[in-house]
Amino acid sequence: MRIDLNGAPVETAAATLAALIEERGLDAAAVATAMNGAFVPRPLRDRTALTEGARIEVLSPMQGG
Amino acid sequence: MFYGIDLTSRLMLGTAGYPSPAVLRAAIAAAGAEVITVSLRREGAGGGAFRDILRESGCRTLPNTAGCHTAREAVTTARMARELFGTSWIKLEVIGHADTLQPDPFALVEAARILCAEGFEVFPYTTEDLILGEKLVEAGCRVLMPWGAPIGSGQGLQNRAGLRRMRGHFDGLPLVVDAGIGAPSQAAEAMEMGFDGVLLNTAVAAARDPVGMARAFGKAVAAGRAAHDAGLMPKRDMAVASTPVFGMAALS
Repeated sequence: MRIDLNGAPVETAAATLAALIEERGLDAAAVATAMNGAFVPRPLRDRTALTEGARIEVLSPMQGG
Repeated sequence: MFYGIDLTSRLMLGTAGYPSPAVLRAAIAAAGAEVITVSLRREGAGGGAFRDILRESGCRTLPNTAGCHTAREAVTTARMARELFGTSWIKLEVIGHADTLQPDPFALVEAARILCAEGFEVFPYTTEDLILGEKLVEAGCRVLMPWGAPIGSGQGLQNRAGLRRMRGHFDGLPLVVDAGIGAPSQAAEAMEMGFDGVLLNTAVAAARDPVGMARAFGKAVAAGRAAHDAGLMPKRDMAVASTPVFGMAALS
């Protein structure tokens, strides 16, 4: 399935958001996630099915003013 | 008191744009800041080092919604930030114009209303407009953060009369001057006017010596606050001799 991860097209075998994070080797506890512009809380990631063309954002703490 | 939290230092420091993580760490310490602002971004270089600094600083984090141009984006960002940083504090920025980075007042109130209803403790980046301030308070904000000047411009308090009116109008409500502060004297002035805090980033990060500038700002904010507490003398148009006339010799 082809999705959009942090603005880049990605081919993934993951069925859920939780599986995608694991597949990409991301630290699940150190990121916050959104799908198609809506926040997906951590406990809901493994119940959130990915769909073709889904726009996924995986964000980390960064410097800010 | 910011949502029930009393701070010793009233300088809130941004963490962006420092020459290195080591300089950022030293600047936070030199400023004596107890609150630092952070953001949420796609992971880039140096993300791990930054998380270490957040942990070690012992500071309370104030996540922002910088770069958001709609209420929807800002609300989603705030929800993500609450989970990731484990705080209900959010510096709510909804930008209305790319060149001035002026807040969009209508989207700001809309986002504030949603977030306050969800239990967020919102620090809205706003203008000195009194009606906008009232709408934000109605929405549930218990702190307002008027701009001094456009973000990153270093121009200081551009509308002193407006800021003074705002201070007088929202008596007892914590007000923080956020954005546009370029020099410690400007930060001290805001504190002398009775503002409860100053939030700045670029003035420290872009200084030749950020650590030295952080120390200078820490002192200026403390001095301005002490001056306000001590009560400034009233201004007069004409001179008033400070040395007593009584007891003066007749020498003419």
